[in-house]
Amino acid sequence: MSRKQMPGVIGVFTAADLDDAFPAGLPMVWPITEDIKIPTHWPLTKDVIRFAGDAVAVVVAGSRAQAEDAAEEVAVRATELPVVLDLEEAAKDQVVLHEDLGTNVVVHWSHGGGGDQAIFESAPVVVQERHLQPRLIPNAIEGRGCLAYGIPAAGEFTLVSSTQIPHITRVGLSITTGIPQTKLRIIAPDVGGGFGSKLNIYAEEALALALARQLGRPVKWIEDRQENYLATTHGRGVIHDCTLAGTEDGKILGLKFVELADMGAYFQLLTPGIPELGGWVYMGPYDVDAYWYEFTGIMTNATPTDAYRGAGRPEATYVIERLVDAFARRIGKDPAQVRRMNLHPPHVDAQTSIMGLNVDSANYEPTFDRALELAEYDQMRKEQAARRESGDVRQIGIGLSSYIEMCGLAPSEILGALRYVAGGWDAAEIECRPFGKVVVRTGTSPHGQGHDTSWSQIVADGLGITPDDVEVLHGDTAVSRLGMDTYGSRSAAVGGEALRQAVEKVKEKARIIAAHELEVSEDDLEWADGAFRVRGAPDKARTIPDLATSAWQAHSLPQGVEPVLEGTAVYDPPNFTWPAGTHVCVVEVDTETGKTDVLRYVAVDDCGVVINPMIVEGQVQGGVAQGIAEALYEEAVYDGSGNLMTSSMTQYLIPSAMEIPDMILDRTETPSTTNALGVKGIAEAGTIASPPAVINAVVDAVSHLGVTEMGKPASPERVWRAIQEATKGSPGVSGGLDGATPAQQEGGAS
Amino acid sequence: MTQIAVTVNGTRREADVEPRTLLVYFLREQLGLTGTNVGCDTSSCGACTVHLDGESVKSCTLLAVQADGREVMTIEALAEADGTLHPLQDAFHRHHGLQCGYCTPGMLMAAASYLKENPTPTEAEVRESLEGNLCRCTGYQNIVESILDAAGQMSGAKS
Ligand code: FES
Ligand code: FES
Repeated sequence: MSRKQMPGVIGVFTAADLDDAFPAGLPMVWPITEDIKIPTHWPLTKDVIRFAGDAVAVVVAGSRAQAEDAAEEVAVRATELPVVLDLEEAAKDQVVLHEDLGTNVVVHWSHGGGGDQAIFESAPVVVQERHLQPRLIPNAIEGRGCLAYGIPAAGEFTLVSSTQIPHITRVGLSITTGIPQTKLRIIAPDVGGGFGSKLNIYAEEALALALARQLGRPVKWIEDRQENYLATTHGRGVIHDCTLAGTEDGKILGLKFVELADMGAYFQLLTPGIPELGGWVYMGPYDVDAYWYEFTGIMTNATPTDAYRGAGRPEATYVIERLVDAFARRIGKDPAQVRRMNLHPPHVDAQTSIMGLNVDSANYEPTFDRALELAEYDQMRKEQAARRESGDVRQIGIGLSSYIEMCGLAPSEILGALRYVAGGWDAAEIECRPFGKVVVRTGTSPHGQGHDTSWSQIVADGLGITPDDVEVLHGDTAVSRLGMDTYGSRSAAVGGEALRQAVEKVKEKARIIAAHELEVSEDDLEWADGAFRVRGAPDKARTIPDLATSAWQAHSLPQGVEPVLEGTAVYDPPNFTWPAGTHVCVVEVDTETGKTDVLRYVAVDDCGVVINPMIVEGQVQGGVAQGIAEALYEEAVYDGSGNLMTSSMTQYLIPSAMEIPDMILDRTETPSTTNALGVKGIAEAGTIASPPAVINAVVDAVSHLGVTEMGKPASPERVWRAIQEATKGSPGVSGGLDGATPAQQEGGAS
Repeated sequence: MTQIAVTVNGTRREADVEPRTLLVYFLREQLGLTGTNVGCDTSSCGACTVHLDGESVKSCTLLAVQADGREVMTIEALAEADGTLHPLQDAFHRHHGLQCGYCTPGMLMAAASYLKENPTPTEAEVRESLEGNLCRCTGYQNIVESILDAAGQMSGAKS
C-alpha cells in the first residue's frame, strides 16, 4: 500500500529522503584519546542496521495510531548479517560493525598508573578475579519524547524535549541539523526522571526538528516503553580483570583493573568517556601504594551504552569491593577489619591521591564506624554464626561497601586535558523584582532532584527572604541563557555554588545602595537578621526587598550605580568534589530456593555540607533502590541474533515497594574545600555503594557452603545454582539467563 | 467511531471514540486530562491508575468504550475544588514522597482507593498494595511513609 492510501499519513522518510537535512551526524563530545575511532552516527541508518533500535524510516501521520498503522506497513528489505554481542568475540574482529573503522576495538585508555607496579607480582598475597557486570536499562518512568515546532520561513525552531541537558542539546542539535544556535530554543519541561538516560542527544530529537523544518508543521514523537528499551542508552556492560596485592595481615598494597567496556553499536554523547569517569576512583577510599587502570572500548550489535546513575563509578566500586571481600576471605580476616585498617587517613585540605587528582577533603573512619554501629555489625555476626551452627535453611549474610566518588563535574581545565569538548562551569542569575519577589534563573536542569526547593533555600538564606518569595526558572534556553545542565551529581556543587556567588553579587550592590540611603559608609553596615543594619543602630536598616524596590525605581541611586538589583555568576569549579561513605547490607538467603531478602540496609554517607536533609535522604533512598535492583533483579539480555529479550517491564524486573526495604540512613559532614558551600554531591552515592554491599552480603550468606563467586543479578536461580555447584561439586552453570552470553561467565578467584 | 458517555470527575462527557482507543488516551488526548501518565505498554508501572466506579484501575488496560456509562475519577479531581490538597497529596508533599513526580498521580490514586478499603493499614500492607505501581526515583520509603501518615490523618479526622 502506498503512503498516499494510508489514512492520515503525511510522509514516510528514509535516510536518503533526509540526506540534506543533516550536515553532521549525532554528536559525541568526548573523544578521549587521540586515536579513538569514531563511527558516524546518522539519525536514520544509511546502510546497515547495527542494533535493534537503529531506525531505518520515520512515518509522520496525523495521529499516533495512524503513524503506528503505517509503520507496520513499511517493508524493509534487508539481508541478514552476522552479529556479535560478546565483548571478547567482538574484539577478534571476525564480524566488524563499521567497515570504515576496520575494527570493533575503537578505543583504549589508560590512567597510566601510580606507584610501584611490581607489587602486583611480588606481593605476599595476590588476589585475581574476573567480574562481569551486565547491561542495565535506566528506566526513567517517563520515557523520552519531544515536540518540534517553529517558523520555517524565519528559520526559527523550538524543541520541547524530555532531556536532562537543554543547553548542551542546543549546541549539539545545531551542529547536526544546521539550525543556528541563535535560532534554536530547547525547552526541557517537567522531566520525569533521567538517571543519565536523558543526558544525551538522540536521533529522534534531530529527526523531529528536521521534519518540522521540512514539513512546515509541528512534529511530535513520544517513545513507548519498548522503544525506550531498544533505543535509549543502556548502562554498564563491562568485564573487569582485577588484581589486589596485599599482605597476610590485611594491608592492601595495590589495586589493578583491566576493563573491557561494551560501547554498543555507536557512540552516543559520552559513551567512551563513561569507563574513564570510573578510572579515577579505582583506589576506593583506601590508602594504596600502587594503582593501575585501563580499559578497552568495543563495539557490539547492541544499544549504545552511556551514563547510567553513577556512570563508571558504580562499575569501579563494585569490583573494588568484591575484591576486598575476596582478599579478606583469602587471609581469613573479617572484611570490616580489613577495610577499616586500609582507609585513607583524614585530611581537611585537598590532597593529591595516588591516581593523580586532588581529593578535596576526607574523613572516612567516622563514617565507617557509624555504619557498622547502625547495622549492629557484631550482633549480626553472632546471629549469622548461630544460624550457621544450627544449619538453618535461611542463612544471614552481611555485606559492606566503602566508596569514594568523584562529583561536581567539573573543572574545565581538567576536562580540556581529558579531551572533553565542553567546559564544566555553570551559571546563575538572580533578579530582585520590586516589592519583594526574586527570580532565579539556573543553568542546572532538574528532573526530580528538587532544585526549586534547594535553590530557593540558598537564595532565601542569603538574601533574608522566605523561600516562597523565590521563583526558580530552569530548563529553557531562552530563559536560563547560560548553563551546563544536570548530571554527575554536579548541580549543588557547581550550579548551587554559582547561585551562592550570584547572591553575594546581589548583596554587594545592595550594600552600596543601603549605605547611600542610610547615609553611612558601607563599612558602617553589617548584615544581620536578614538586613543591612547600621552598626550600633540596628533599627536603621534596609532589607533586600526595600533595596530591590529602590534599585528598580532608580529615583535616587548613588553615583555610578546602575538601576535594578540583580547578580549573575558563572562559576568554574577549581576541583572535583569527592563524597564517600560506607553502606552495610544484611540479607537472608533461602538456601533451598536461592531467594534473597534484604533484611537491613544501612547507608552512612558524607556528601559534605547538606543544604536540605530531606532531599539528600531522598536521593540516597532512590539511589540505593536502583543499586539493590542492579544487584538482585535487573539485567538486559540479548539473544544470539541481537534481539533484546528483556524488551518490556514484564521481562526486565524493576523492583516494587515489596522488594525495596526501609533504609537506615545517617551522615557525617566533611566540608568540601572545592566550593564555599562545602557541598560534595549525593545523587549517585546510593547506586555506587549498594550493588557490592548486596552481592557481598549474598556471598557472605553462603560462603560457608563454599560459594565464593556470584554474578549480578543474584537471582534465585543463580544463587541456587551456585549453592548446588559448591555443595555437590557438580559442574553446573553459574551464569545468567542461559544462552545469552555464555562466553561472558564470571571467572573465579585464583 | 463509537459514541460513549462517561462521567469524568463528576461531569458527564459524551464523545466519539475509535473502538481501539485506550481509556488513558481518551482521558489525556480527547479530554485533555494529562495528569494521568503513561509509563509502559504492559500494564506494569501503574502510572496510569485512575478510579473506575470508585475502584483503582490501570487506565492503559481498558478501552475507552469499556468506561461507557460509568464513572471515572482522575488525579485532577483528588484535591478539593478550592485547591485544598487531599490528605494523601498533603502527606506526599510533607514527606518528600515524590521526586520527578511522574509515578505520583498513579501512586496517589492507587493509595486513595486502597485506604478506602483498608483505612488503617500496616506498613507491610501499604507496600503490598503498591505492588503494581513502580517508582524509579524514591526507593518507595517516603511514599510508604506518606501513605501511612495520610491514613492516620484521615482515620483521625473521621473518628
Ligand atoms: S501505563 Fe498503565 S500500567 Fe504502565
Ligand atoms: S517520583 Fe519519579 S518515578 Fe516516582
